[in-house]
Amino acid sequence: MKAKIHVTLKQGILDPQGKAIEHALGSLGFKNAGNVRVGKYMEVDVNETDKAKADAEVKAMCEKLLANTIVEEYRYELTA
Amino acid sequence: MKIGVVVFPGSNCDHDCQHVFKDVLGQYVEMIWHKETLLAGLDAIVLPGGFSYGDYLRTGAIARFSPVMGAVKEFAKKGGMVLGICNGFQILLEAGLLPGAMLRNKSLHFICKDLSVKVENAATAFTGACQSGQVLKIPIAHADGNYYTDPVTLAAMQANAQIVLRYCTPEGKVTPEVNPNGSLDNIAGIINAEGNVLGMMPHPERCAEAVLGNDDGKLIFLSMLESLKGNKKQLKMVGAG
Repeated sequence: MKAKIHVTLKQGILDPQGKAIEHALGSLGFKNAGNVRVGKYMEVDVNETDKAKADAEVKAMCEKLLANTIVEEYRYELTA
Repeated sequence: MKIGVVVFPGSNCDHDCQHVFKDVLGQYVEMIWHKETLLAGLDAIVLPGGFSYGDYLRTGAIARFSPVMGAVKEFAKKGGMVLGICNGFQILLEAGLLPGAMLRNKSLHFICKDLSVKVENAATAFTGACQSGQVLKIPIAHADGNYYTDPVTLAAMQANAQIVLRYCTPEGKVTPEVNPNGSLDNIAGIINAEGNVLGMMPHPERCAEAVLGNDDGKLIFLSMLESLKGNKKQLKMVGAG
């Protein structure tokens, strides 16, 4: 299976990159753009066909290494 | 004393730390490659600055799983003295040996300059040679030094005097204007509750000799040696071969 993983800073934690991009969008005239959050996107091939097992494994990867849960949150989707 | 300096792929202040302990302070220094799993007879361990594993993913995130870190954790748990400088501090946070996490500097810039830091707690094993409230001039050099922790942990650290170093004015005033990176409570360095693990973003090894025009940083290393002399409890062996 393939895991598509997004890691971003938690809401409420200042994201200076997001802020800089938000300002840039504003100055380009995109007045509707707000609350920009920058994150990481990772794709991982997981050698496992059982979706529940793959899910547990990807969750463990996120908790242990891919996200620092003190400041970051993660979400992912699994596809065949 | 026998000081171990850990060398990760990408460490670049390891030799500066070695130089200070060996050539300036006359101690025995062992350079420890990150693949080592057994540490014997060390009095203190230094995790030096640099860009371990290229700072990939997050600073310190991959280094914390280096083989040597098991032994470093055991050394710390047994009361061994561990100093993490800059990237070493980031690794200690990721390893859970100190509370909190580092965020990107608020300005998004890599900042390399001399700054004033105030010794808020001079009763630690790393600051005993300083006066309480003393202002040290020590350079920082980092892009991810914006310290963050949850409010409960911050309050506990404040109550336990675990915030050892704070960014301040040259006169010793802790103000938001002199906070270089957005760090909570102007935090430049913290210690664990047990008092044997210290992490700091400023680089004392870069200013530990009068010939360099500044030897304020030497006080950190002298404090460690004084504390070790007073408490000669060398840990024979940690880790698993």
